[in-house]
Amino acid sequence: MSHISIRGVHQTFQSGGQSIQALQAIDLEIPRGQFVCLLGPSGCGKSTLLNAVAGFHQPTSGTIFVEGSAITEPGPDRGMVFQEYALFPWMTVEQNIAFGLQVKKTPKPAIRTKVDELLGLLHLQDFRKRHPKDLSGGMRQRVAIARVLAIDSPILLMDEPFGALDALTRRTLQDELLRLWLELKKTILFVTHSIEEALYLADRTVVMTYRPGTIKRDLPIDLPRPRDVASPAFNALKKELSQLLMEEQDRHTRDEFRGAAVD
Amino acid sequence: MKGFKQAASGILVPLAALALWQLLSSMGWVNATILPSPMRVLVKWWAYLRPLEAFDPAQGPYLKWCFSGELIQDALGSLYRVLAGFFIGGGLALPLGLAMGYSRWVHALLNPIIQVLRPIPPIAYIPLSILWFGLGNPPAIFLICIGAFFPVLMNTVTGVQTVDSVYLRVGRNLGASRLTQFTRIILPAATPYIFTGARIGMGTAFIVVIVSEMIAVNNGLGYRILEAREYLWSDKIIAGMFTIGLLGLGIDTLMSRLSSRLLRWHRGLEQG
Repeated sequence: MSHISIRGVHQTFQSGGQSIQALQAIDLEIPRGQFVCLLGPSGCGKSTLLNAVAGFHQPTSGTIFVEGSAITEPGPDRGMVFQEYALFPWMTVEQNIAFGLQVKKTPKPAIRTKVDELLGLLHLQDFRKRHPKDLSGGMRQRVAIARVLAIDSPILLMDEPFGALDALTRRTLQDELLRLWLELKKTILFVTHSIEEALYLADRTVVMTYRPGTIKRDLPIDLPRPRDVASPAFNALKKELSQLLMEEQDRHTRDEFRGAAVD
Repeated sequence: MKGFKQAASGILVPLAALALWQLLSSMGWVNATILPSPMRVLVKWWAYLRPLEAFDPAQGPYLKWCFSGELIQDALGSLYRVLAGFFIGGGLALPLGLAMGYSRWVHALLNPIIQVLRPIPPIAYIPLSILWFGLGNPPAIFLICIGAFFPVLMNTVTGVQTVDSVYLRVGRNLGASRLTQFTRIILPAATPYIFTGARIGMGTAFIVVIVSEMIAVNNGLGYRILEAREYLWSDKIIAGMFTIGLLGLGIDTLMSRLSSRLLRWHRGLEQG
């Protein structure tokens, strides 16, 4: 049985009096432990799909199943890492990480052990008493990852988590995410608009079309890990995906020039 | 060195104003009853501040004697009314504001009447407050309550309404109940607004206390400067006004210190 099944999902939004078809006939089966990237230009509905899996909104039609049961609301079985970190600024690093456990009424000693473990895992020991505003972007995203790992959800949803980071920090965090994924064996659904990021991380890359969002190509990435971004195989795939993505990007640009793009 | 320079330039204008003031009065250009010299104000200030009677151990402890001066008694009286009014008014506004910000239904229910009452200046309640509460502390505290109530209320409502929805999504994603979301996300996220409201409310309370003392009570700083006018004691009026200014400055500094200390996490206050 697939870990996540997305079946016949459509999503329409009302925006400025017109209805926008954000997702159309999405079918996707994701087995347990797979690392899947959703790739596409802005406006292709990849974040909409992720939010639907998270349970923040119900699809207009179609159903999303996790372990066989339909999703109706958000839940801690599908931990989410948000684009702009979304750490609670009034909490320290360790309070942020502990939040999900406190919500679950985990006993205090167990919370302490878990928080210590995660601080170690993400190299945050020296920052435990800091507030988010005193951390760099990369550090903030580490805390956000630790916060979601704390609740130990079998599925991780990531919405362009490294989009705001500089290239080097980004690579470091990608490597750490891969290490954690191998160690913790999570199913990951990861939204990005970076081809290289998708190729570096994913077992499988799902390319989406620009409005209405449909699946344009479902491409398995069989490159051996750790992946060499300079290898011919990597670059061949990169070229292929670039072409696919540029077609969609062009449609987005044309819409933008017409003033019809709504992001 | 830089701090010294800043302090020096900060004191420049007040010194010049003082010199001009002294010049005006020592040259005899203005009537001393209209505008007494700075020196006379200072002398009066001291007389207003120090205890009236000589220290007598039979009358009570030394510390009590130290605080027996008229100015200190007036300041304490005003401060008591400000704090009582602020805590009652703010204490009512806070839960109401939280409810109105959180629930659209409560907001729709209460907002119309609040929008009608809010523009009425607290001073316009003076006749009614005397009719209802007579003279003395109760009408004064009632007026101050009204002065503090609206700023705290409006800011609390805005604070709750403008909580970034991504924090609530995080909360739901991590499985937080509605109660937990309220106490651990909405409430702390709204505190910068609530503190701003409290600071404005305190400022209003301080304005209203002076006015209310001029009409409803017979002590306090506001009462004292009005009383001084009856005797044409302009030096005492000015000494009282400076006292009011310094007390207001002290309260506001305290409030802003307190809020930047409690809101160290807040980005907007990094420089505070």
